[in-house]
This record gives sequence, C-alpha cells and structure tokens, in this order.
Amino acid sequence: MRRIKGRIISKGVAQGEALITSEPITFLGGVDPKSGRVVERGHELEGKCVAGKVLVFPKGKGSTVGSYVIYGLRRSGLAPAAIINDEAEEMVATGAIVAKIPMLDSLPNKSAFRNGMRLLVNADEGYVEVLGEE
Amino acid sequence: MHLTRDEERILSGERGEGLRRAMEILVALGDIKGADRFIPVKSAHVSGVSYKTIGDAGLELLREWASSGATVKVPTTSNPSGLDLKSWREFGFPQEFAEKQLAIMRAYRDLGVADSCTCTPYLLENIPREGEHIAWAESNAVVYANSILGARTNRESGISALAAALVGKAPNYGLHLDENRKPTFSVSFGVELEGPWAYSAAGYYIGEEMEGIPIFLGLKPSPEEAKALGSALAVGGVSMFRLADKIEKGVGDLEKIRVGEEEINGAREALNTANGEVDLLCIGCPHCTPREAVEVSKLKPSIETWVFTSRANAAKLGKKRLHENVKLICDTCMVVSPLEEMGIATIGVNSAKAAFYCRNLSGLDVKYAPFGELVK
Repeated sequence: MRRIKGRIISKGVAQGEALITSEPITFLGGVDPKSGRVVERGHELEGKCVAGKVLVFPKGKGSTVGSYVIYGLRRSGLAPAAIINDEAEEMVATGAIVAKIPMLDSLPNKSAFRNGMRLLVNADEGYVEVLGEE
Repeated sequence: MHLTRDEERILSGERGEGLRRAMEILVALGDIKGADRFIPVKSAHVSGVSYKTIGDAGLELLREWASSGATVKVPTTSNPSGLDLKSWREFGFPQEFAEKQLAIMRAYRDLGVADSCTCTPYLLENIPREGEHIAWAESNAVVYANSILGARTNRESGISALAAALVGKAPNYGLHLDENRKPTFSVSFGVELEGPWAYSAAGYYIGEEMEGIPIFLGLKPSPEEAKALGSALAVGGVSMFRLADKIEKGVGDLEKIRVGEEEINGAREALNTANGEVDLLCIGCPHCTPREAVEVSKLKPSIETWVFTSRANAAKLGKKRLHENVKLICDTCMVVSPLEEMGIATIGVNSAKAAFYCRNLSGLDVKYAPFGELVK
C-alpha cells in the first residue's frame, strides 16, 4: 500500500476517482455550478465533471468568488470528493474549509497518480493512498 | 501562528458562533501561508454579492453568518450585485432573481457591510492610504490598492475578506510583508499602449503567461488605464504590479518579457468569439469613472450601450445628459448580472476581464475590441 504524505489544508477523509490536470482551475466561470463540469474554453479538463472526483490540480486562479462556487457545488452534491493541490491559495483553501472538503497540498510525489485511479485522501492524518489502478 | 488570548477566546467560540467561524477560516489560512500573527486591518472589501455567482448556497451561508449577530469591525464595502438595486424593473431584470438579490443585500446589511456594490471602491467609497493593511477581495481592486495606492492586501477570497472584516484582522503573510512586494519579473513594451482596451489586452497576456509581481518599464497609465491593466492581470496570477521610469537596482537581473503587437493581437484572438452584430455594448469592467462615461457618450454609439458604474460615480455625473443610446446602470456589471437570461446572446466589450468571464460564466458570445471600433 502506497501512502504519500501531504500538508493538511482542510480536514476530512474521502475517496474517489482521480481527475488530474496540470492547469490551474478558475472556479467562477471555469466550473458550471449546475452540472459540476469544467467549462473554461480550452482547459485540459473542459467537459469533464468534477463531482465525486479526487480533483488534482496545481492551484486555483481567477475570481475571488471561487470559494462560494466550491461551497455551492458541495451543497448541490456536485463538489469534488477531495482536492489535492501543489500549493493551496486563498480561493480554493477557503472554499474547501467552508465546504468541509478534505484537501491536501505539497505532496512530494504526485506523478504516481493517473487519471481514473481510485484514491483515498485522508486529510485528518495528512496522506493519500492509491486504492486501485482501475 | 501565534494567537493572543483574545484571539484564542474568539476561536473557542466565547464571542459567538459567527466570529468563531470567521476566526477558524483566518487561522487556517494563516497556518497554511505561514503567518506569524494577526495584524489589524483598516478596511475590508467583499466579493460574492451577486445572486448569479453565489446562488442559494451563498445566500444561506450569509444568512447563517448574519443570524449569529456578528457584524464587521472595520468599514467594509461590497462588490457589484446582480442588478441595479433601484432601476432593475426598467432594465428588465427577472423578478425572481431580484428577490434573491435583495435577500442577499439584507444579509450583508445585517452583517454591517455597506451596499456600495462596486468593484472600484478605491475610486470613491473606500480609499486606503499608502502602507495601510486592508483585507480585500475582488481581484482588480486588490491589484489597484497594492500597486497604485500602496496599500497592502492579499487577494482574499470573498469569504476570507468577510471573515477578516468580522474579526477586524488578517493573518500576516504574503503581500502584507515588505519582502514579498518586490518585483519578480520585468516587462518592456514594443508597442505603445493607449486606452483601457490596449492595457487590458496586455494585462491579459501577461497574467496568462506569468505569475508574481511584474515591473513595467516606462509605463504611465491613467487611472482608467491602470484599472483596466490590473483587472486583466488578475484574470491570471498577478495581484500587484510596479511602475518604473527606469531600470532600478536589481531589476536588471529579473526575468524579462516583452509585449509587442503580436502579444496584443494574440490576446484579442483568444478572447474574441464574435465578429458580426452584437445585441448590446457593455462598458464598465472595472466600473466606469465619470470621465469614461462621458467619453463613451461622446462617441454616439449607434446601438444600445450600458455603462456600468457605482452609484457614487453616477451621483458625480449628476444630471449630465448622456447620448440617447447610452444608459447608466448602477450596482452591477455585465459579468455578474444575468444578461443571458434577458434575451442577450452577443455583447461588445472593451475589457479582457469582461470578455473572459462573460464567455465562460455566462456563455455569451463576445466581441472584444477598443470602444471606438465597437461603436462603428
């Protein structure tokens, strides 16, 4: 069992399928709150749904309303199950904390993750575990 | 992060659930960002005001917070709402949307937040002094306050800015500290930037390519151009810029980028999705100054033009008559108002930020061009 340690940003434990991008995500305008799909034109994840996924991206960018969008996604059941960032910034960190979405950052080795892998994010203890390759 | 005894009490819930919740968010952010302590802030500015952007979940969150009885400790202004609070019926805003928006305004009022409803509080409503620590959301206002006014704020989220307003303090990290306010790359220009459109195109290109703090060599923007530049930089990863007449000590060693005609045209191509007729011209991202409103009117646009501004700016215009196709609309903007639900499909804008968000957030087709071209 491979465990990769990370820094705890928002506590909680969740698992889901990994959805990975190397591009930052703008939540306001980048993710549709009614469907949970990434709608930013030309984004690597355009058309993909973040609901229930372990969303792995470098960091948030853009509008300061992004944290409300994350909170809104959670209330409608369309939020990612967990979030993994390279470097947490204010928008995504606040959104995850208020929405109680488990979130980690600063993992030394994210390259082990592949799209579709089943990941367990334990943000109470601060690690990610690969549950299956799928 | 070191907490005083008083701050510990707030965190433990002794001063009520609303303040505890605010403190919890700020301590978490402070710990993540390596803050040593809290610092008092002089003012706050919150984003997340329009029903279109925060929805029912946002309204509920604000209501919960307000029902705890917590109120802001420092003067706090608000970002644009989703409609003109006085004339929404005349402009054709949907009734149901209006009811939700007015409920959001009541929740903010209960929290003690002013109904300034502008993204340019730095022009009239809330002008920080040089060196002051503030907690602002709204990315264009963050850039302007840091870069032009010399105040100090991180790019707060709407929620963390409200939390800081309620506590009256912000965690001491990032742009509050001298060492993080130095330029990290320099930008020279192979083209003369003139007018808000050109500044916004340059800003969009730079914000997409780079992050950190640019120093602009030889740039002397007007206030209108500076706000256009800042708003576009902030669509990407920039929260502060510096202006310099000549190369300062140390700047020579920084990474350099150059912005020429090719980059400006690239930004235009990336943001422009419409080439034919537009339904409406939308000017005022960030909110128009009175001078801009008059300039727009002087160009006598042949199609309907909505000039978005703050109520305070509109008051400055007084009874000045604008061209018959130019309508002044307050408290909102083209990005956060529900234009797409009001029979509008294609708009013309001269702002990179508006182009980016109207397309992505509202699904509108956007003609992105200098205002002089849009009116032709």
